[in-house]
Amino acid sequence: MNRLKIETEGETRIIATRRFNAEPKLVYRAHIEPELIRKWLHGPDGWTMTTCINEAKPGGKIHYAWEDGQGAGFSLTGEFIELSPYTRLVHVERMHLPDPTPDNHVTTNFKNDGEGGTIVTMRMDLPDSETRAAMLAS
Amino acid sequence: MATDALSMTLSALADPTRRGILATLARGAATVKELAAPFDLSPPTISKHLKVLERAGLIQRGRKAQWRPCALRPERLHEAAEWIDRLQQSMEANYTRLDAVLEELNAVESNRKPTSEND
Repeated sequence: MNRLKIETEGETRIIATRRFNAEPKLVYRAHIEPELIRKWLHGPDGWTMTTCINEAKPGGKIHYAWEDGQGAGFSLTGEFIELSPYTRLVHVERMHLPDPTPDNHVTTNFKNDGEGGTIVTMRMDLPDSETRAAMLAS
Repeated sequence: MATDALSMTLSALADPTRRGILATLARGAATVKELAAPFDLSPPTISKHLKVLERAGLIQRGRKAQWRPCALRPERLHEAAEWIDRLQQSMEANYTRLDAVLEELNAVESNRKPTSEND
């Protein structure tokens, strides 16, 4: 019932939908508080999140970095565009592989499902094919 | 000029107008007129570009004269599908961890509530 579903919209957008057993306020907080983000937003197995910055305000900075402990690492940076507690987050982000990928515009909606849970819908642009290839190779 | 598939693809992509055409087609099929609109180029020039893209296997064209709709070849989207699969796997793993984090938060929240609100 809570299963992650990913759909495409046209040829340039992805929509990921997932239900969580908690009210929107908690799910929203888990997306913006660094102490909580560190607990679930992991990189590949065995990697450590070495940086977790999330400034929850318009224009606020996002910076996450992961390392494998053997010299390899990659990061994600971004900026918030809009925050509407506890229903919506809009931000842009890009990965550094190490060259920066084009900006990806992401909108995350948090909807009360009326049964104590939250349905999270994340809309993001599909990266262009060079970026996809670079990400698959990393 | 080399005529193997990779060379033809690379030479097709080595032109900003053709890259612009592909970007437009990424959003959906379009007619030759619609593709020409953003560029200040004559229809014959646009047609030349479309021929190059078609020969490189990057687009396919419909049949109806000047109004022939052009579309991206679906094979190119297989790569997108592979990428989405990878994304789905890592998101599922992260969201499973998020389930556990939320369970902890729920427990904290219900311990905080005054006893009169607990059923």
